[in-house]
Amino acid sequence: MTGASLLKRVVQPMRLGHSLPLDSLEPIAFESFASAVDHALQAGGRLLSLFLRPSVRDEHDLHAILALRAGAEQDAHDSSRTTLSGGEHVFTLGVVSTKVGASFPSLTPRVLAAHLFERELYERHGVVPEGHPWLRPVRKWPSNDGATPWPMYALGGKEVHEVRVGPVHAGVIEPGHFRFQCHGERVFRLEIALGYQHRGLLPAMIGGPRKRTIHRMETVAGDTSVGHAWAYAQVVEALGGVRVSPRAEALRACALELERMANHMGDLGALAGDVGFLPTASALVGLRGDVLNLSAALCGSRLGHGLVRVGGVGFDAHPALAQSMRETSCALRAPAQRANTLLWASPSAMGRFEGTGSVSHEVARQLGFVGPVARASGVDVDARRDFPTETYRTHPVGLWFKHQGDVYARGRMRWREVEASLSFLDEVLAQLPEGELRLAEPELAPDSLAVGIVEGWRGEIVHVGVSDSNRTFASYEIVDPSFHNWMGMEMALRGMEISDFPLCNKSFNLSYAGHDL
Amino acid sequence: MWNILRTRAAQGQRTAAFPASAPALPERFRGRLALEPTKCEEGCSRCVAACPTEAIDQEKGLALDLGRCLFCTECVAVCPTDALTSTGDYRLATRSREALILRGESLELTQRLSDEVAKRFGRSLGIRVVSAGGCAGCEAEVNALSNIIFDISRFGVHVVASPRHADALLVTGPVSHAMKGAVEATYRAIPAPKFVIAVGACAISGGPYAESSEVEQGVASTVPVDLFIPGCPPHPFTLIDGILRALGRSVP
Repeated sequence: MTGASLLKRVVQPMRLGHSLPLDSLEPIAFESFASAVDHALQAGGRLLSLFLRPSVRDEHDLHAILALRAGAEQDAHDSSRTTLSGGEHVFTLGVVSTKVGASFPSLTPRVLAAHLFERELYERHGVVPEGHPWLRPVRKWPSNDGATPWPMYALGGKEVHEVRVGPVHAGVIEPGHFRFQCHGERVFRLEIALGYQHRGLLPAMIGGPRKRTIHRMETVAGDTSVGHAWAYAQVVEALGGVRVSPRAEALRACALELERMANHMGDLGALAGDVGFLPTASALVGLRGDVLNLSAALCGSRLGHGLVRVGGVGFDAHPALAQSMRETSCALRAPAQRANTLLWASPSAMGRFEGTGSVSHEVARQLGFVGPVARASGVDVDARRDFPTETYRTHPVGLWFKHQGDVYARGRMRWREVEASLSFLDEVLAQLPEGELRLAEPELAPDSLAVGIVEGWRGEIVHVGVSDSNRTFASYEIVDPSFHNWMGMEMALRGMEISDFPLCNKSFNLSYAGHDL
Repeated sequence: MWNILRTRAAQGQRTAAFPASAPALPERFRGRLALEPTKCEEGCSRCVAACPTEAIDQEKGLALDLGRCLFCTECVAVCPTDALTSTGDYRLATRSREALILRGESLELTQRLSDEVAKRFGRSLGIRVVSAGGCAGCEAEVNALSNIIFDISRFGVHVVASPRHADALLVTGPVSHAMKGAVEATYRAIPAPKFVIAVGACAISGGPYAESSEVEQGVASTVPVDLFIPGCPPHPFTLIDGILRALGRSVP
């Protein structure tokens, strides 16, 4: 059987904004399941989530949520720019299901992108993916004296040494533990152990939604409040069968782009700061504040708390506010541009950025990296285009790709995205559609599954909610883009000098909280 | 070089005028909540039901705990009599946990923590920040203190990289089990005299994670807290105001 016909036969198609009844998810034989996931990824698709619904009997449901690429595979590997136009790349959403017992043959040797999902379900449910090449917990932390409940990667030999960092870092940063295997300044390998920010988010979702749920979603990752709250709202709205108004949808999109701009500007400023290029660092970090203040003008919170609510938005942009937000954001473009031009025109800064922390296209694609990190390595992925909501369909954002995959490419990518977001805000705020601000929070359909997908500033955010017969959550999955991309940091550091770490780190700027949940 | 200097000149001076003048905050900014329990309708408990973090209690008359509050103003939205209102007041820091519980009186803001703190640290304070299970929202606003807008270094306050260089420990997050040891170790490594600042609803009460079995209910069960700055997250001006008050510096 060819891959395409297998996929056609076993993958249950689904649509964003719609739920699927659980009894329509026919479990298939594990071998067909594994082949389907493999084929889908080989054909240019992506593994959005791989999760297990445990059962008391040893017959757990294993589901893979897939983004399937329709038509021939083509990647942006060597094109430097692609602007999307409707229908150019069509992705569809599908789910494939199987049953597993206490163990199953690991998918990872065939499908590298499954590696961390398998480690996670081993940790959370005790189900063993047999043959997984690096089976470790995902969120169990090394204790304070550095002892780990499992051996971490170590190199032997007289001339190699190990550098341990964390959980407390030198700056105002979230906690994580890093181990560098070095020879002099050169890093052979970096292994990152996370879990210090673990708050038990996922198990607490079971039996929800509750009144505190939206606040927890706004704090999955504090710098991605709008992104995660929106993905959560998509899940509940799909399970409840409601569709938010075009106006609410457009306001969410504006808040999401503000979030993107603020974070990209802050990171670009921090990148400049890390190489001691202060004219750009100071200016961009200041301009980031202006963007945060735009969020506060809209919803009272610099981090966008309170904007996204199930059924719509908590705040409206009346014509005068929309106009002033538009004018303020337009006025940011020139000073941001000037500060950026200085950075890119400085040979000493570029000397530090170029060739530092490279991630190849092949590695990025196989390990399933997302967001600007993936796009900087030429991987053609952006949920705003692949799974667009109404506003992104009518106002497509310009997408950019780089192929170098280094700090320079990731930095440039960030700036291109700031420019694209500025244009998006200019267009959307000029003509906000009409519609109800907020519909009543719906009741969940019983025994159903729904997916929420949002392109946050770090990349694709995926939420999956499954309801039970009582119309509450039976399980809930959150995949922050950092979940995929932390491995990118480890890959980027290989062969680099240890002093390149801060620069690599800033160019990724991954979330610990979003990973640790 | 000329280009850099020209651009720098065009960028101008951006540092906030605070504390010479009070900060201008957006109209929708959600600051301190105000209570007037006398306005409550008999038998109404809509605010209690609406609050996501059980910050409102009616057992001994209406009381609102700013230490648990996420400033979402769901309570204000459901209150039929304006017994609860949201003010734009950004000043929120207190010396004690108890002071954060509002019962209708005005919030008792912190004053200088002690004469020794004011004398030793009033013009030079090193702060070691530890993020312990937070979402990085508070961390983002603490980071903003060092940027050109808020520029807390003009008051002699610095975020330092080592606890050995620090005079105060600032903790964000509810303190996850994984970070409890690290918070203790950092506190021990700071030379005395020292004080501890709990920033944000999580660090004060556990915030939205108060019921989670994976976290402590804030930092006070791990190290003694001297200064409480509530919010989710607190605005950078709330943070500066709190820190300067604790040092005995004058603020608007």
